[in-house]
Amino acid sequence: MLEITEGSHAVADAVGKCRPQVIAAYPITPQTHIVEALAEMVANCEIDAEYITVESEFSALSACLGASAAGSRVYSATTSQGLALMFEVCFNCAGMRLPVVMSIVNRALGAPLSIWNDQQDSISLRDSGWLQLYAEDNQEATDLHYLAYRVSEDHSILLPSFVCFDGFILSHTYEPVDTLTKEQADSYLPPFKPFQRLDAADPISFGLFAAPDYYMEFRYEIDQAAKKALSVIPKAGREFGELFGRDYSGLVEGYRMDDADCALVAMGSICGTVKDAIDEMRDAGKKVGLLKIRSFRPFPAEEVKKALSGVSRVAVLDKNISLGSKGAVALEIRDALYGSQTPVYDYIIALGGRDVRKKDIARVVSLAEEGKGDLFYGLRDEVLK
Amino acid sequence: MRELRIHGRGGQGSVTAAELIAVAAFEGGMHAQAFPAFGVERRGAPVQAFVRFDNKKIRLRSQIYEPDYIIVQDSTLIRDVNVFQGMKEGGIAIINTEKAISYPVPEGVKVIAIDATSIALQKIGLPITNTALMGAFAAASGEIDFAALEDAVKRRFKGDLATKNIAAARAAYDSVKGAA
Repeated sequence: MLEITEGSHAVADAVGKCRPQVIAAYPITPQTHIVEALAEMVANCEIDAEYITVESEFSALSACLGASAAGSRVYSATTSQGLALMFEVCFNCAGMRLPVVMSIVNRALGAPLSIWNDQQDSISLRDSGWLQLYAEDNQEATDLHYLAYRVSEDHSILLPSFVCFDGFILSHTYEPVDTLTKEQADSYLPPFKPFQRLDAADPISFGLFAAPDYYMEFRYEIDQAAKKALSVIPKAGREFGELFGRDYSGLVEGYRMDDADCALVAMGSICGTVKDAIDEMRDAGKKVGLLKIRSFRPFPAEEVKKALSGVSRVAVLDKNISLGSKGAVALEIRDALYGSQTPVYDYIIALGGRDVRKKDIARVVSLAEEGKGDLFYGLRDEVLK
Repeated sequence: MRELRIHGRGGQGSVTAAELIAVAAFEGGMHAQAFPAFGVERRGAPVQAFVRFDNKKIRLRSQIYEPDYIIVQDSTLIRDVNVFQGMKEGGIAIINTEKAISYPVPEGVKVIAIDATSIALQKIGLPITNTALMGAFAAASGEIDFAALEDAVKRRFKGDLATKNIAAARAAYDSVKGAA
C-alpha cells in the first residue's frame, strides 16, 4: 500500500515485517527513529521479538552476534560514531559467518563533530566482510532490508549486511513508500534457517583461535562468499521484482547511459538529484548519464566495466574520502577500468551534510570536460589560499 | 514541481507543518516530499522546513532555494533572515503578523498577512501557529484541500487537540478565502 511516511518509520515497518527475533540497540544520539519505532512495536506485541536495550553500540552488536549464533534472526541500526564503536564486533560477525542485518543511516564521523550526512561511516567498514547495499530513496531503503536478509541468510553466503541510506536526507524525509503486507513479506522472506547454531545439546564453537596455518583459509572463504553474493543479490533482487514490481536485480543501475559521453557515478540519495540534473543537461544537448552503485560490497567490477565501456569520461561523486588517497568509490571504478583509456575523475562532495544542488552536478560535469578532477568540490576559498 | 519553504523558530512546529502539508497533498493525489533543514534544533532559533509538490515522483534532494511559496511563522525573523530569498515571480508569501507589512517585499510576490497568533490563542489557547498557517496556505495556494488537511491533522493529534487545531486552521482558511 502506498503511504506517505518518514523514512525511518518506513524502514522500521519493513524491518518489523522481516520478523527479527532479537533486536538490540543503544538509544542515544546518534540513533534514529527506526529503533524507537521498533521498540514501540515490541512493547505493543505487534512483533514477536526480544528487544534488548544495552549500554553501548559495542554491546548492541555483541548482543546481535550472540543471538544470531544461537539461531535467531537479528537486527540493529546505527550511524556515525555508533558504528565506529561497533568496529571490532563487525569483523567478528563476518568472521563467524553470522547473517546479521543492520541499517546504517549514513552520517559523518568526527572530529570535528558533525551530525550531518555523508557516507564515511559505512565506507570505513569497507573491509569488514559485511555486504553493503546503498539506497537512493525511501522505497529502496525499505525494500533492501528484505533483500538483505534473503542474501545474508543464503547458506552459500552467510555474511552480515549493511543496508545504507542517507541520514536526514532520507531518514527524516516524508515521501510516499509502497509498503508490503505481512503476507507479501512472508512470501518473499521465509523464516530463518540457521546453517549451524549454538545448542547446549550439540555443542559447537564460533570464532575460535586460528593459528597461521589456518587463518588465511578462513579469510579466503569469507572473500569467496562475498564474491558469491555478486550472483545471489541479482537473483534475490529479480525475485523481489517478479513479486512486487520493483526490480533490484542490478548490482548497478544505469540512468540515460545508452549514448552517454560523460558518466557520473554515485551511491545513495544523491542519485535522485543527479537524475534531475541529467534531464536538464540532456535537454541542453549534453550526453550525460548516471551509473548508480547499489552494491558497494561486494563490488561489481565486471558490471561497472560493461556499463562504462562506451563513455569518454567518468566523474565519480564520493561522499567519503580515504584520507591521503581518494574517494573509495573512485578507487573501485579506476580498478574496474584498469587498462582502459577512459579518464576517471574523482569529486569529494557533500561531506558533513553540505547540500548538493542540480547546478553543482552540472558544474562537476563541466570540470570533467575540462579534465579537472581529483578534488574536493565546492571548498571555501580560504582553505585554498 | 512547486516548492514551499517554511520559516519559523524552534518549537513553533515548522517541521510538523511541513509533514502535515505533505500528507494532505499526498492524500489529494499528488506526490509530495517534506523534510527539515537539518540542524542542531534549539527552541527559538531560526529553522526551516521544506515541502515539494509534483504530479510525478520527486527525486530532487537539495534544499529549497527558489520557492513558489513561503510561510513565515514569526515576523520577527524578517529582521534576521531574508525569508524572501530566491522567491519565484508570482510566488505567495504567507506571513504571521499582527501589524501591517512595513518591510520591502520583492516585486511579483503576493503577500498574505494573517494574525495566526491571535487565531491560535483564541482557538487552541496557545501561541502555536502552525495549523492556522496551514489553513492559510491551503486557502492561498490551492495545493491542498481543507478536508485533506483536516484528515492529516486528525492523524497526528488526538481528540480535543485535533479539534482545536482544526478550528484554528479553519479560521485562518476562511479568513484568507474571505479576503480574496
